[in-house]
Amino acid sequence: MQVPILKQGQYLIASIQGALGDQDLVQLRDALAEKVGRLRARGVIVDVTVLDVMDSFASRTLRDLAHMTRLRGAETVIVGIQPEVAFAMVQLGLTLEGVDTALDLEEGLAFLDKKMKRSRSRG
Amino acid sequence: MGDQKSKREERIGSTSPSRVVPSSSEESAVPLLRELVAHLRKNRTQLREEWARRITEAKLLTAMTREEIFAEATSVYDNYVEVLETGAVEALQAYARDLSERIIPRGVETDEVVGIVLLLRDVLARSLFAKYQADFQLLNRILDAYEPAANRIANTVAVGFVQERERIIRQQQEAIRELSTPVLQVRERLLILPIIGVIDPQRARQLTEQLLRGIRTNRARVVVIDITGVAAMDVTVANHLVQTVEASRLLGATVIVTGLSPEIAQTLVTIGVDLGKMNTVGDLQGGIEEAERLLGYKVTPFATPFSETSQET
Repeated sequence: MQVPILKQGQYLIASIQGALGDQDLVQLRDALAEKVGRLRARGVIVDVTVLDVMDSFASRTLRDLAHMTRLRGAETVIVGIQPEVAFAMVQLGLTLEGVDTALDLEEGLAFLDKKMKRSRSRG
Repeated sequence: MGDQKSKREERIGSTSPSRVVPSSSEESAVPLLRELVAHLRKNRTQLREEWARRITEAKLLTAMTREEIFAEATSVYDNYVEVLETGAVEALQAYARDLSERIIPRGVETDEVVGIVLLLRDVLARSLFAKYQADFQLLNRILDAYEPAANRIANTVAVGFVQERERIIRQQQEAIRELSTPVLQVRERLLILPIIGVIDPQRARQLTEQLLRGIRTNRARVVVIDITGVAAMDVTVANHLVQTVEASRLLGATVIVTGLSPEIAQTLVTIGVDLGKMNTVGDLQGGIEEAERLLGYKVTPFATPFSETSQET
């Protein structure tokens, strides 16, 4: 299942619509890393609200995605992790280290806005 | 004769699950049991009194009055004889549950309940010995029929009592847990989770689940977990606390832990918690102030409190 990637101002929003296989995740990662450069995006939001399970491959891919986009100049924030999923993840030791997270899309946008403002004021 | 005795012992533990009356090979036991029941019915008053006397003598059921013991003894006796007659233990099971429900709040112990049932078994067996002592063969056959049934009954009553007790304990544990885990909102997007008392792994798990749900429904950005009321914490629970912090972060909420006692601080250091991930503040007040700072609140008093010039309104 392909994940639609929407451009919204300086940000890219990838809203996952259903369960994803490993191949889909890799595709999403590569597509976002590519589009960040082409569309000159400053932030990426990945909405995982519909996912009711997050395995080690998925969380590793999301972590790689966040690091790849950072290297290409965009901050990534993962939004919409369900309470049950979060609980299961920490029990498996999957804590998305070094990746920013937010409650939902709205919070994610607010988070990126704040971060952009800070980096602009810095120079 | 010795052969017969060992045969009897063998049968004690091997009754069928729901029926007391031995089947197939024990056809002859049915009329014997009937005779037995008739004997017990005929001597009901005397045996019952003997039993109640023995209970008092053995200092069992001390929480109950003499009259209560006699009343219960009567109904247990009648149930007992009925099970011997019909072989159906369901009615006795229900009665045992009902009895347990009534006497557990009075502080009756498991050994007392087992004790009285075994006493009844003994009283009845003695009466059988007395009646059939002339005919040894018949006595043996009567006991063959009686003992498995009696064992089955004692078993049923004891198990029923213990099950009822366990049910009550489970119920109470559940109630305590429900009571002891409030997730409170103090400000927009700020939750407080005050934890008091002992945390076992199960409660820790429940706390985490409740907190995560609370974060979602209140759209919390900052959570203050206050563990001033927790005296000690083992490694498992400490790890669970760390997991709670991490899970909250995955939902986009920052956790501030306050009120760590020296002992808990030592536990956390011993298990090597990454303190970069844990945001800790000395006490609850400091924690709330830190949370307000993170949320961008600025609390300024609009009047000087408690000074001589301020007026009470």
